[in-house]
Amino acid sequence: MTRPVPPKKNPLLRTQVPLLPPQPRSLRGHLLIAAAATGRFALQRCAECGTVAYPARDACSECLSPDLPLTDVPAGGTLLSETTIRNTADPYFRRLTPIRQGLIQSDAGPQIIAFLHRDCTPNGRVTLSLKLDAGGQPVVFAFPEGPAAPDAEEDPILRELTADPLHARILLTDGRHPASVALCKALLGAGAAHIFVGVAERWKPSAQIDALAAVEGVELIDLDPRDERSVMDAAADLAGKIEIVVNSAYHYRPGSLLDSGAALRIKDMMEVGALGLVRLSQTFGAAMMGRGADGDRPALAWVNLLSITAQLAHPAAVTYSAAQAAELSVAQSLRGMLRGGGVRVVNVFHGALDIDWFEQVPPPKLGAGALSKGVVDALKRGLEDVYLGAEAEDFRERMDQNPKEVERSRWT
Amino acid sequence: MTAGPRQAYRDVVLTVPVTVPYQRYSIDAAHWWFGAALRQLSKASGISHKDMDGLCAASFSLAPDSAVALTQHLGMSVRWLDTVPLGGASAVASIRRAARAVESGDADVVACIAADTNHIDSFRQSLSNFSRFAQDAVYPMGAGGANASFAHLTRNYMDRFGATREDFGRICVAQRQNALSNPNALMKKPLTLDAYMAAPPISDPVHLFDCVMPCAGADAFLVMREETARAQGLDFVRLTGSIERHHSFPEDPVQERGGWARDVDDLYAMAGTSPQGIDVLQTYDDYPVIIMLQFEDLGFCGKGEAPEFVRSHDLTFGGDFPQNTGGGQLSTGQAGAAGGHLGVVETMRQLMGQAGDRQVSEARRGMALGFGMINYERGLSSGAVILEASA
Repeated sequence: MTRPVPPKKNPLLRTQVPLLPPQPRSLRGHLLIAAAATGRFALQRCAECGTVAYPARDACSECLSPDLPLTDVPAGGTLLSETTIRNTADPYFRRLTPIRQGLIQSDAGPQIIAFLHRDCTPNGRVTLSLKLDAGGQPVVFAFPEGPAAPDAEEDPILRELTADPLHARILLTDGRHPASVALCKALLGAGAAHIFVGVAERWKPSAQIDALAAVEGVELIDLDPRDERSVMDAAADLAGKIEIVVNSAYHYRPGSLLDSGAALRIKDMMEVGALGLVRLSQTFGAAMMGRGADGDRPALAWVNLLSITAQLAHPAAVTYSAAQAAELSVAQSLRGMLRGGGVRVVNVFHGALDIDWFEQVPPPKLGAGALSKGVVDALKRGLEDVYLGAEAEDFRERMDQNPKEVERSRWT
Repeated sequence: MTAGPRQAYRDVVLTVPVTVPYQRYSIDAAHWWFGAALRQLSKASGISHKDMDGLCAASFSLAPDSAVALTQHLGMSVRWLDTVPLGGASAVASIRRAARAVESGDADVVACIAADTNHIDSFRQSLSNFSRFAQDAVYPMGAGGANASFAHLTRNYMDRFGATREDFGRICVAQRQNALSNPNALMKKPLTLDAYMAAPPISDPVHLFDCVMPCAGADAFLVMREETARAQGLDFVRLTGSIERHHSFPEDPVQERGGWARDVDDLYAMAGTSPQGIDVLQTYDDYPVIIMLQFEDLGFCGKGEAPEFVRSHDLTFGGDFPQNTGGGQLSTGQAGAAGGHLGVVETMRQLMGQAGDRQVSEARRGMALGFGMINYERGLSSGAVILEASA
């Protein structure tokens, strides 16, 4: 973390326009997105003969089986040859030259062409990773094997593939999220320059808001995502100088479908969640989209904290599930929109939080510290879909295997 | 499965080498270049294009058309038609296919034409969607294009066999000297080894003069039986041997040899000759490292000996090892798929005594090579033909 604080932007200079690296991929090539989004190194592996296929194929070149599922494979490799690309016809990469590229003999089998981290040594060992590029498409990046050197995260290509909060100015949209203090401390600990924390109805007394105000580097602002005027006012002041948004809108109430007022309750929760996200997208999102390549301080990422109930309704929280599902839908659209500006949308899914509302839920529950650590980790690694805590991980694995099983067992 | 014996070519000849002068950029479509080449073929042979009954077309820039659309576009009515999308190996493949067609009587006169245009943004567009593997797994990692792919081959060759930049430079300098006697070469200025060494790096260790310059152009010739050529009163060269191979040696971690190494004995046996019997050689030269692989794989020297070979031989048309006597693509320009045809028409001109100022004396037997299609991390296609003077 020795990169100096970027100088103040000169408003007379042109703001660099966001460009995207080459985006087209084959149908099978898209398989790798799933691995890159969650930080796994997985390639196609033949279910019949075990041969690892790369680049993505439609048939195994050894046995011609079409059964080539995405499978976790060893990430090691040896550098066979390298080049430094100094000249390219692609406008996006022209900004990034010189670019180190390696031809790697992977331990998994195939030769792999990858970006090389600046610390990789000639003919040395490397650890391969799948990353998402600025447009969200999969690329391969090779780290030197072994512990990372100091400032390893400063590799210029790696910075394009991640959203390190170092020196970033951050908007945390809802200071009343139960993990807001821990989130701010974790982000500041990762080098964030400043965190603006939105608080609706600041006149309401709150020990948590008082605690936030006491954190150095945190600045409370008036922001009520339910109120279009409030969002526009905040954006008018800040939208052009935010690199990371953490959408922490949190309004949890349990309830069943037969509760009187269930519809009204969904509406209330959607005002904060889904509709709040719409209002934030139209203001802060639009501004970030134009700043994806803004010099030393490009807009980096938008994090949405979501419950796994967004993906599958929970009987104890029917109305909340509906509101979360709506918010996830808006988040997906926001991801599609911000891709054009090279800004990542990270959806962080969690189970029950370790707070009063979930007193009756047995552990494991997710604490504020683990949630915050997970958010910082996702940004630094450039992840797109993150499942935090044992409950969310269990949910993901079971959904991958058989979503109908999860649905039935939840609702019996 | 054992390979059966190959049948020798019976009286297959190549005639009428034509070149539509290359241009760095062209506002015209590939079709214009095909039309210009066909017109020259017709004029020079005295055979109306309407009477040519075979067409073999190679192009990267003909989309959305293929060869069949050209028949209508250019007013041909052929009974034998092929499109050869093999990049730098297209010429060799075209000759092989056309040869068997005329031999068997499926066609009498096959026009083999490679033509490509080059608009101002064509090159970037063709790099970005060159192949599915390149699109998925090469281009997104820095968009280095062919320069980066060949940089890996070059780096590996230097590491393994001790080649230096000067060795590659000797090839480029000799070819430039050859090009100065070729009016069609786009490079008109002499190149010194000092200038070669001082050129800016493009994708280390590949520097500026290691790279071909994309351009527009067309090269073409006719394939027919000897009796047809004699009846038309056309000078010709005989086809005596050929090989073709795709995706050879996948077990090599980095490409150090092409398919030639696998089939070279077959080539010389078919033509009844040896490396010593080749008077003039046209290698496929998109990058000098590939020339070295060809010197080795075709038996002009042993594996790993090409650096020493270029130090001890004069590669100009007046030298002891005349190679790429018209300047090759490195000094003429790379007109897309015509890059492979360039070596064929140059070999024909040398064997027919039509090479003007750059004529190699006593050129009786020549070899033209093809290489192409960096589908992923290596070139997949390789081929060779041996041609002999008619008299």
